Parts: sequence; C-alpha cells; structure tokens
Amino acid sequence: MDLSLSPADTGALLLSLRVSAVAVFGAFPVAFAAALLLARVNFPGKTLVDGLIHLPLVLPPVALGFLLLLIFGTRAPLGAFLLHVFGLRFVFNWTGAVLASAIITFPFQVRAIRLSLEAADRNLSLAAETLGAGWWDRLANITLPLALPGIVAGLITAFAASLGEFGAIITFVSNIPGETQTLPLAIYSALQSPGGEERAVRLSLISIMLALIFMVFAEFAQRRAREAA
Amino acid sequence: MTVEVRLRHEFPGFVLDAAFALPHAGVTALFGPSGAGKTTVVNAIAGIFRPREGYIAIDGRTVFDSGAGIFLPAARRRAGYVFQDARLFPHMSVDDNLRFGWRRAPAKASEDEMERIVAMLGLAPLLSRRPRALSGGEKQRVALGRALLASPEILLLDEPLAALDAERRAEILPYLERLRDEARLPMLLVSHSLDEVARLADDIVVLREGRVALQGSVFDVLTRLELPSLAGAPPAGAVISATVGPPRQDGLIPLAFDGGSLLVARLAASQGRPVRVRIRAEEIMLAREEPKAISANNVLAGRILAVSGGDPADVQIACGPTRLVARITRASAARLELAPGLPVFAIVKSVTVDASA
Repeated sequence: MDLSLSPADTGALLLSLRVSAVAVFGAFPVAFAAALLLARVNFPGKTLVDGLIHLPLVLPPVALGFLLLLIFGTRAPLGAFLLHVFGLRFVFNWTGAVLASAIITFPFQVRAIRLSLEAADRNLSLAAETLGAGWWDRLANITLPLALPGIVAGLITAFAASLGEFGAIITFVSNIPGETQTLPLAIYSALQSPGGEERAVRLSLISIMLALIFMVFAEFAQRRAREAA
Repeated sequence: MTVEVRLRHEFPGFVLDAAFALPHAGVTALFGPSGAGKTTVVNAIAGIFRPREGYIAIDGRTVFDSGAGIFLPAARRRAGYVFQDARLFPHMSVDDNLRFGWRRAPAKASEDEMERIVAMLGLAPLLSRRPRALSGGEKQRVALGRALLASPEILLLDEPLAALDAERRAEILPYLERLRDEARLPMLLVSHSLDEVARLADDIVVLREGRVALQGSVFDVLTRLELPSLAGAPPAGAVISATVGPPRQDGLIPLAFDGGSLLVARLAASQGRPVRVRIRAEEIMLAREEPKAISANNVLAGRILAVSGGDPADVQIACGPTRLVARITRASAARLELAPGLPVFAIVKSVTVDASA
C-alpha cells in the first residue's frame, strides 16, 4: 500500500488546519466574553443564553449546516446583504467552513474558559482590588494568567474537534476540493469513488495522528492547569 | 491619621450595627467571638463589602457615606489588607507580589523605603521564590510587605496568625510588633486570641453579635471584669506599660510603671526602653496583710475596685492609675471577705515582658 501523500491529500490537510485555526482563534474573543459573562455575572435569562451557547453541542451538524444555508445563502436576506454590501460570500467558500466550524466548536471553548475562570480564585482578585487594581487590571493580570492553562486546553480541544467536523460543512458549503474539502470530506469522497479505499486509509491515518497529537497537547495543558491551581 | 467607622447592615438573623474610631497610629484590636461580625467590618472598611447604611472616613477622606451615595471602590481606598490565608498571587514571584500594590500606588514608596520594609520583614532571601515554595509564616510576612508597599492609609489585618501553628505564630509576632512600632499607621487587627491582643494592641474594640460591647485602651479593657463573659474566654490578665530601670545590686531589674514597680531577673530590653508587661490573672495571689518572708519578688499594694460573681472570681485591683486583675477561687474571696474599697496586696508570681514603642 502506498502511504505517500498526493498533492490533493496535502491540500485537504492544509485546508483542514487552516479552517480549524481561523475558526478557533476567530471565535476565541467571543467565546471568552461569553464565558466571562456566564462565570461572573448573574442576569435574567442566563439559563437561556447558556442553553443557546451549548445548542451546537446537541444539534445534528447537518441541521446546523442547513440552518446556516438558510441564513447565509446568497438568496437569504442576510447572505444577500453581506454579498452585495461587503462582497462577503460564505456558501461554497472556505470561509463558510470556518463559520460552521467556529459555531460547532464554540461550546467547547466557552465551557473550558468558563470552568477555568470559575476555578481561578475569586479571593485573589479581591486581594488585587485592595492593592489598587481596577477591573481590567485584575482581569489581565490576575484572572487571565490563572485561567490560562485551562483556556489553552479548551482551545486545543476545540481545534481537535473542529478538524473532525463533517455534517455542517458539507451541508453549508458543499464538498469542493481545494476550497471546502477538509480531511473528513476528502475521506468521504475517496470512499465514494471506485478504488479510493487506499486514499481513504491514508487520510484516516493522518486524521488519527492529528487527533492524537492534539489530545496529548490538551492533556499536557490540563495537567499544567491542575498544577497551577 | 484617624479612621471613623459607622456601619449598619441587616443579614438574615444577624444585625451588624457598629460604630468606633481608630484614634491614631497604632494597633486597634477588633476582638470578639466568631460570628460577631469582625471580618464583615474589615471588609466594609476595605471596600469589598458594601453595607446598607453607614459612614467610613480614612484620615479625613470619606470613602463610604450611604446618605450621600458615596462608595469608593476598594481599588481606590488605600486600605492595605492582610488576609488570614495570605492570598499571594501564585503565578508571580515574591518580588512581583510585593511590587503589585507598589506599582499601582498613587504615591509610590521610594526604593529606599521598599528596602527598609523588605529588611524589616526579613524578605530579602525570599524575593525570587514562588509563593508555593514558602512556609505559612513566610507567606504572611510577604502578604504584610505587599500590603505595606501599596502605601496604605490604614492596615487591616484579618486574623493574620490564625492559620499558623504556635511556632509560626511566635515567628510572626515580633514582625507585627516592629510594624506597630515603626509603621506609624493605624492598624485594625482582627483577633479572637486575648493573648495576641494583649501583646499587640493599643486599643480594643470588643464586638459581640454585631455590636460594640466594650472599647477603650488595652490597659483598661483587659482588666474589665465583664470582658470574659463578653468575649467567651477567660481574662488574659493585665497589660502594664513600664520603663526599664537600672539593674539593682542584687541583679534584679526594676520595671517602673505608673503606680509602682516590678522586679524581673532577666530582660532582653536595655535600660530606659519602654516595655509592655503582661500579668496573667492566674499569676496573682492576693493577701489582706502585707506578706513578710515570702519568696516572690513582687508584692504590689493596691485597692480592690470590683469583685466578679461566679467561681473562680475575678478581682479588679487599682495600683495607683494602673489596673490589675487576679483570678482566685470563690472560697478564697469569701474567706478574705474581699469587697470594693479594701486595700490588698497583690503577689505577682510571674510576668511576661514584650517590646513596646
């Protein structure tokens, strides 16, 4: 069996990494704000907001992809607006895969950040306050550094989960080699074509290796987080 | 440098309604049984708890006035806070912990001042370490230094010794004494140990069930006969302010106080130094007539001010303006027919001498 990668394989791998990286880092500021809100503020409707954030975790990815198509499709009001005013098109575009991945992995990020913010000792923040540190100062110099290992673990988990996203991407932006065909989609295509098993095995092996690497990273970061606590 | 505090807040099943003032630099002990509201008072002064009603002024600066809608956030109060559990920042070195408040202070202490505080608390060998690598006593010393370096206008100490074992406590106490004598800063020390209070405090505010039950100088409050029932603890005994005199020919050293003098065999403090003498109530015997041919070096003539009920009985004695308290059995009090106004002789078996400002 030939295990060397074809240019198409490498393309799918690089696309997967790019989509996941942009999705995870792009969603991070929003996820951080949401986690901070949930961890530190009590407001009416908090349960509902919490539920909405976690919805992608339980929603079938295909349904989510379809929902995105209904909202961002070029004939949908918002999709048309974005296309004509900003020239921004998600459908059949790798940025659409980014959007789908970001939404699917958003709950992973919020959960991990929220848990580490809650674990960061509030009393230390109070101590910082008596030493003259204002709200942003405490966030940047006390809460964030204390929560950092947990946040990194959350980012890595979200990244690894994003690499495996299939249903939402294929429904929303279709399966276009070089544009929206990430690793899972490439495996699916390989299996659909006669004699494609060898390629499917190769791509699956890559996926397994990536998953292992990132889970080891996440475990390492989590251990750091526990040690810091 | 005065601090004025007036607070009222209703908790479920508990009303905090306390008013007191810290008159000057020095240590005021906030003393009382647990659940009396001590930490709540301290948190209110620090600005991390907002009472429903009240008024707090630090050095003439109003930091809280519910009537006028003033509530200065903790970050701008300049109230140094030493917590029971130190609360050092685990992700920073000792040096960065010390500089945290210092960097944010509106009027920074000079590098000289910083070195002085580091030296006073013996922190120099710890600077590059992480809080995790410190002992409990070392952590509290760093916490003290960190609070002091933020140039506070009041220092709040919430049971800084409670989490430490006896050995660590003994290690920290001399630092707190130096702080009291050198820092020229009003300090509020929360404590439920009368021994600690007797050693460190200049003034005492006794808090019980959210109210101020007793307040005054340490010399007065510690000999008040109602203190044991208010505090739920036996009396620690009297605290006397004395001056070290020249050694006598027989080698004994006199400690002169207002109303008499005490003799001690050994002393670390040098001649002319002020000291604080603690005499535990159990260490005093009473006699109606001057005892002769007795091994005790210290027999003080005085007059009975009051005798408490109960067994054992506490007897408050005046030696001139100085107050003592003796704890004797009810049977002895009855046999000697002790009553207010009677002259007595207090036979002092042992004393403890501490450094003083």
